[in-house]
Amino acid sequence: MNLLLLLGIPLLTALLVLLVSTKEQVRWVSFVGATAQLIASFLLFFAFRAEIAAQNTAQFLFEVDYTLIQSFNIHFHLGVDGISVAMILLTAFVVVAGILVSWNIEKMTKEFYFLLILLSLGAYGFFLSLDLFVLFFFLEMAVIPKYLLIGIWGSGKKEYSANKLALMLMGGSALILVGMLGLYFIGGHEFNIVHLAKLNISTGYQHLIFPFLFLGFGVFTAFFPFHTWVPDGHSSAPTAGSMFLAGISMKLGGYGCLRVAIYLLPEGAKEYAHIIIVLSSIAILYGAFVTMMQKDLKYMNAYSSISHVGFSLLAMAMLTQTAITGALMQMVSHGLMTALFFAVIGMIYDRTHTRMVYEMGGLMKQLPFITTVFFLVGFCSLGLPGLSGFVAEMTVFVGSWEVDDWFHRGATIAAIMSIVVTAVYILRAIGSTAMGPLTNASFATLKDATWNEKLAAVILLIGIIGIGIAPSWLNNLLQPAAALITDRIMGK
Amino acid sequence: MPNVLNILLIPLLPLINFLLLGIFGKTYLKKSAAIIGTLLMFVAAFLAIQTAYEYFFVYGKLGDVYQQLIPYKIAWLVFSPGMQIDMGIMIDPISVMMLVVVTFISLMVHVYSLGYMKGDARMPIYYSFLGLFTFSMLGLVLATNIFQMYIFWELVGVSSFLLIGYYYDKPSAVAACKKAFIVTRFADFGFLIGILIFAYCAGSFDIPTLIKALTSPDSNELKTVLGYSFIGVSAISWGAILIFIGGAGKSAMFPLHIWLPDAMEGPTPVSALIHAATMVVAGVYLVARLFPVFAIAAPDVLEIVGWVGVVSAVIAAIIACTQTDIKRVLAYSTMSQIGFMMFALGVAKYGGEEGLGFTASMFHLFTHAIFKALLFLGAGAVIHYVHSNEMKDMGGLRKNMPITHLCFLIACLAIAGIPPFAGFFSKEEILLAAYQHNTVIYYIALFTSGLTAFYMFRLYFSIFWNRPYVNHASNHHSADHHSEGGWVMMLPLVLLAIGSAVAGFIPFGNFVSSDNQLLALPFHLEFSIAPVLIGIAGITIALIMYKTSNELPAKWSNQLNGIYQLAYHKFYIDELYLWLTKKIIFNIIGNTSAWIDQHIVNGMINATGAITQNIAEAIKKLQSGKVQQYGIYFFTSVIIIVVVFIYVWN
Repeated sequence: MNLLLLLGIPLLTALLVLLVSTKEQVRWVSFVGATAQLIASFLLFFAFRAEIAAQNTAQFLFEVDYTLIQSFNIHFHLGVDGISVAMILLTAFVVVAGILVSWNIEKMTKEFYFLLILLSLGAYGFFLSLDLFVLFFFLEMAVIPKYLLIGIWGSGKKEYSANKLALMLMGGSALILVGMLGLYFIGGHEFNIVHLAKLNISTGYQHLIFPFLFLGFGVFTAFFPFHTWVPDGHSSAPTAGSMFLAGISMKLGGYGCLRVAIYLLPEGAKEYAHIIIVLSSIAILYGAFVTMMQKDLKYMNAYSSISHVGFSLLAMAMLTQTAITGALMQMVSHGLMTALFFAVIGMIYDRTHTRMVYEMGGLMKQLPFITTVFFLVGFCSLGLPGLSGFVAEMTVFVGSWEVDDWFHRGATIAAIMSIVVTAVYILRAIGSTAMGPLTNASFATLKDATWNEKLAAVILLIGIIGIGIAPSWLNNLLQPAAALITDRIMGK
Repeated sequence: MPNVLNILLIPLLPLINFLLLGIFGKTYLKKSAAIIGTLLMFVAAFLAIQTAYEYFFVYGKLGDVYQQLIPYKIAWLVFSPGMQIDMGIMIDPISVMMLVVVTFISLMVHVYSLGYMKGDARMPIYYSFLGLFTFSMLGLVLATNIFQMYIFWELVGVSSFLLIGYYYDKPSAVAACKKAFIVTRFADFGFLIGILIFAYCAGSFDIPTLIKALTSPDSNELKTVLGYSFIGVSAISWGAILIFIGGAGKSAMFPLHIWLPDAMEGPTPVSALIHAATMVVAGVYLVARLFPVFAIAAPDVLEIVGWVGVVSAVIAAIIACTQTDIKRVLAYSTMSQIGFMMFALGVAKYGGEEGLGFTASMFHLFTHAIFKALLFLGAGAVIHYVHSNEMKDMGGLRKNMPITHLCFLIACLAIAGIPPFAGFFSKEEILLAAYQHNTVIYYIALFTSGLTAFYMFRLYFSIFWNRPYVNHASNHHSADHHSEGGWVMMLPLVLLAIGSAVAGFIPFGNFVSSDNQLLALPFHLEFSIAPVLIGIAGITIALIMYKTSNELPAKWSNQLNGIYQLAYHKFYIDELYLWLTKKIIFNIIGNTSAWIDQHIVNGMINATGAITQNIAEAIKKLQSGKVQQYGIYFFTSVIIIVVVFIYVWN
């Protein structure tokens, strides 16, 4: 399978969106393009499985390599392993759903969809790149549209949020750039991830470079205490913006932390693992407690994302194979779940014109479909078996428990404790919005989801339930890749 | 050999029911939903009884020992070699017994609900939730892997949540379902860590492997694990305590029982199924499932199990004497009876005669499921009739509801332990086991039996005797409504009443014992005198106080004012929890975290922004565009550099 296809489809879609004239055409072109990309992602998934079944043991499959700038040794180098395949699938799901829920955007529709697709192009490129320079290029491509999405189509204190988000992410990018150049020069002018992984970088140098890369990517994935762009950014962003932000952008950071920082600098990872564990355990519990106090549904989900992403970072820092698999599963699961969560919140907001929990109540009567989805996604968030959240969290817990000392066990127990707090805030949110008596007479005339909203929800639910009921396909995809990373950490 | 397909169908039929009615019920199957659900359940119950018959009488025994069979197992999620979650079916005496109990009671409830929920617009959803619950409960019962058990454990929790909150527009129901879920979630936090400890010690999540690794005295795992301790308690004991916390949460043991009385907000048939007969005994089942580990490797924890059980039994019985909502009385009675099952396990040992408590506990689980489901369904019929849960709205109903009256009386006699009804036999064995191993527990339990007889007959007399029935709500009820609810409601009552009358004669030791060998249940006539007498005493007091409307109850409760108020307010345990969650968790931890995030973490980021901006603001004056100013900067800088070069460099 040619990986250029996966970049070609979004690029073509973006160009077509610019060319067509009416809003209706823009929507359909984007939707068709995103669906084609979803199909292509599935083709990639099946092609990848076929290669694995045929005993292809190469670390990266379907490699594509073009020289971009000879003098700097920059290559347009693409390739996938199980992790990239999973992330691309996740992105494709979220993009289709995001395009569907944005159907009724009337303000500058063409520009809006163009930016969404550009953002997704950045994400696909990022997950495919094996060259740090190209990877960085795509990362930036995914940041800039977000500034505009929030600044133009956002609500509330959107200028503040857009600035904050862009500046913090740019700060993160700057750190990544420094770390990247550090690798480039120590590796003898090398951006190639595969080559860099074979280098013997001295322990001291790894200790020096690791924080730049990990923190840089960490900002993207709301690493505590650099998470403050998340609540403001989400609350001001339009629905699809929040979905992309939480479902895709935060995953760019997690992927980078693992693929670039931990994989290329295992000694650095070992050195700083304790600090990461402490900070992410704090993020998990503290994020959960802060979530409990939120009254705005979007803020609630933003803080709960901080808590959930904490699982991912915690598990990565445990440095065992099961834990890293769990971290990746959590990234996929959280991406789907939180995108759906924001989609549902958007649907509720569009109807009730409020996001405040205490202003709602009894919505189940009028909005059975939306509230059912709200229930399901809430249950996924609190880790109900049968939905993806459970599988991911349990893999994280089991993997973390493998590290047999009081420090790691304590952090694991703290993380497990959060499942109780999660139950509290999820049930509070569901209880006071969907259940109870109808609080506002005007809610009695609300209309349930439209076809595009239903389709968006169903697509994401297929992912969530698919992982929840049959987790082994995802597990089998991620485990070998995670094993390669842990092998490198063990020094094999 | 077991018929795998038949056994697989037992949990799958309710699952089909859930999916079918959940997805299509509202639009396509509005009329037929209840019938479809009931028929599927009927088939499942039939298959369960057939499986039980074949297991116990055809292939289950090898010599005199019942085999633990795993006819079906697939790997669901493989973490690492050895550590994997399987989905499978385990057939052994207790799981087969539970299979029968769950499907039979569930079928009764399905049938009963045809009448009880008649006219409810959300009937398809109701039946689909019943299907989800039954499926999850069967999955739990059949689990081969402790993680599989945990998965279904959570699923029964959520079905319970959905059914308690079935009347979702009632604020009290919403509060109750959240409370039930969160309290059991808290307990599951313990359960999960317990699983991790056990699995890490044994190197597997598979229940037979795990039990084997943790109980055989020469196993390496056991030696290292017992040496590995924390505050003087071995790792296995910690694991066992934590797992028991999970069980105690689900089984509403003190002090995690607070959700059960509130759970009565759900429809009454649901209370009968979930909160009386099946889900709440999951904790007992969990301890029984891992019984060898408790008995052999963690006897200290088994001791705790016994005490928690007996304390719960007596506290619940005392509270039950003072409640006026009939469903709440039954809820506390359930908690009390589960306490009996729990301490029966606590006083048992592994194997042979010493394992009497185990058999007794399972026996009581079995009989209790029948008579308690009957009590709830009977109470449901009464509530259906008078449209109230309060005793004050009842009285004298024996003439209006003769069938319900008779069935309810049988159930009351059964729970009070009056021979020859079912409860007498099972409770007798429990008391005997307690008497042999721990006399303190025995005496407390004996006292509790007396209380049980008293509060049950207080309930009985208050509903069916006392003052004559006055129809408070007659103005908006037509005459035909005032029947007992039709045959669909009466048939389950009658069947369960027959069960309550005869189930005690089952030679239970022939089927269930701690080591799966046959156990002849001892029966000593002289031993049963005390429990029966104390039961009769309880009934007599209730008769004096409540058979006719008189001043005695008020007078006596005034005399016992302090204790009465304490019990009436459920020992203020709810208030304590409320204080803990409101004041400590929300106000102190939650608010502090939110404040820190808002002002310190976010403040730092904003401050960085502000500082950058101020610096920029300050230095932007340098870029004035005036050539003269730039000239001054240039020459000053040159002079400074020259000075630095001359003096510092040298």
